[in-house]
Amino acid sequence: MKSRKPSIPYLIWMVIFTLIPLVTIVIYAFTDKQGNFSFEPFKNAFFYSNVFFRSLWIAFLSCLICILLAYPMAYIMSRCKERTQNLFVMLITIPMWMNFLLRIYAWVILLQNNGPIDMALSLLGINANLMGNAGTVVLGMVYEFLPFMILPIYTVMSKIDNNLIEAAQDLGSNSVQIFKKVIFPLSVPGIISGITMVFVPAASTFLVAQYLGGTEDIMIGDIIDKIFWTDQNTGSAISLILMVAILILLIIMNIFGDEEAIS
Amino acid sequence: MKKFISIILALALCTACASLFTGCGSSYEGEINVYNWGEYISNGEEGSIDVISEFEKRFNIKVNYTNYETNEEMYNILKNSNSSYDVIIPSDYMISKLIEEDMLAEINFENIPNFDTNIMERFKTPEYDEGSKHSVPYSWGVVAMVYNKTMIPEKPKGWSALWNEEYKGNILMFNNSRDAMAIAMQMCGIDPSIVTKEDIDKATEKLKELKPLLKGWVMDKVFTEMESDQSAIAPYYAGDIFTMLNNNENLDYVLPEEGSNLFVDAMCIPKDSKNKELAEKFINFMLEPEIAAANAEYIGYSTPNTEAYELLDEEYRNSDLISPPDEYLDKCYTFYNLPDDIYSYMQEQFVKAQS
Repeated sequence: MKSRKPSIPYLIWMVIFTLIPLVTIVIYAFTDKQGNFSFEPFKNAFFYSNVFFRSLWIAFLSCLICILLAYPMAYIMSRCKERTQNLFVMLITIPMWMNFLLRIYAWVILLQNNGPIDMALSLLGINANLMGNAGTVVLGMVYEFLPFMILPIYTVMSKIDNNLIEAAQDLGSNSVQIFKKVIFPLSVPGIISGITMVFVPAASTFLVAQYLGGTEDIMIGDIIDKIFWTDQNTGSAISLILMVAILILLIIMNIFGDEEAIS
Repeated sequence: MKKFISIILALALCTACASLFTGCGSSYEGEINVYNWGEYISNGEEGSIDVISEFEKRFNIKVNYTNYETNEEMYNILKNSNSSYDVIIPSDYMISKLIEEDMLAEINFENIPNFDTNIMERFKTPEYDEGSKHSVPYSWGVVAMVYNKTMIPEKPKGWSALWNEEYKGNILMFNNSRDAMAIAMQMCGIDPSIVTKEDIDKATEKLKELKPLLKGWVMDKVFTEMESDQSAIAPYYAGDIFTMLNNNENLDYVLPEEGSNLFVDAMCIPKDSKNKELAEKFINFMLEPEIAAANAEYIGYSTPNTEAYELLDEEYRNSDLISPPDEYLDKCYTFYNLPDDIYSYMQEQFVKAQS
């Protein structure tokens, strides 16, 4: 039997920083302010269901657009020469070296009234209010999270053995068939880890919506943040519901993804 | 052997510490711990007076100066940590909370002669500290409105301008329950200084009406929004509006006709202070005209100190924003401490109004 000793530090880490906080949240979510067992926090949490579903919807849209943009990009990258590939990876990661807030703020300046984009549009005779709607929030999210979709898909695609593609060609597949039967099924694990890395943070982040959205675009993360000031119980209940919802979505996706990859 | 070494090390550590303490004591006659808001005292920048080191030099007393960002943070530290402070500068409602919980010492005003001579009459009888036994006002201001003249040509009169459909999508509101609710309550004809749950419900409805008209709920973001002509109108603290006006000449201010919140930050001595007399010496020093004027100019809020006011630049003295006329101040209200359950109810309803 292999020694389990090396895993002990990680176990301690997990217990302190994952398990204990999780248990605390569960306890808080099922107690009232006096510390008695109660479903009150969940009843209170129900009030915010519209915000909750809107957050999931915005996260879903952002995630979908990320896939549509990232997939072709990753495919093109993986077919390039190795030096070009490295260059692409570099160009994609460089913006991530900058502070998250600064990048969102750059979008604010680009999109605000009398900002460069608004000016250009009004020269063309289009007067639009670019800021403060759900579309801008999705734009900000896609911009923020796109690298987290491109990189996992690219990593998986660049590992696809060229011999497999040649074999398919030898057996008479055209390029559409090659894509459908070989490349796509093999890239599914990349898409799935991309979705995990984009959807989960997109559903819970609120900075993007705070800066680019209007008053209607409040996200569930914002509610949790504010409600924790005075009511940790309801805040915990909402966090717990969000965690469970995301977990269920990920499980469904994984089952679906496994079948896809096998067939 | 190991034990022996550790004993030696422990001894060495102790003597090192002891010598450190005697080292401090030799140059100063005493020390006080001052706990204040961040950026809330003149620090010697741009030729101003460095208030803390001036005090240290003159009285040969060391000042340990630390900062907090919110009243609540200060309260938690005061309540839960072992460190004792000699001078703190909380806001009005927090002072009444601290008095209720018996956490403030009564100040011996014989040691603070500057109080009688320098403090304006209006601030000698505060509502948050009945009998004025526990606090000495440091700085004050009112909530006012800032608006953009290019978007709103006619000067608005009162809070109703914030609910005006014409400015839809260009209105900003406080992202803090107490200030936002207070304005909504004034719109409903309720006195916001002490509130009940029913008052909060009415104000929440009023804020829900406001939500579709708003561009956003903001705090510090109001500076960039107003200074770069992005929004038409916003309520904010007068001293900060004064700064915005200096940065964008399209802006102007309104003192709402209904009156508004008058807030005061005052110097207090916590009950567990170990150097009460030195603390009183410090407070008296802070009331000296030159010192108070330097602080007022640095902070940009109004000063309750008559003598200091005379020393301020004309720009400050003539501004109704920094020194509103008495008729206006008579219409203003101050916040009292709210019971915990009312405060959390207010916070919850505020989040509901936003969601």
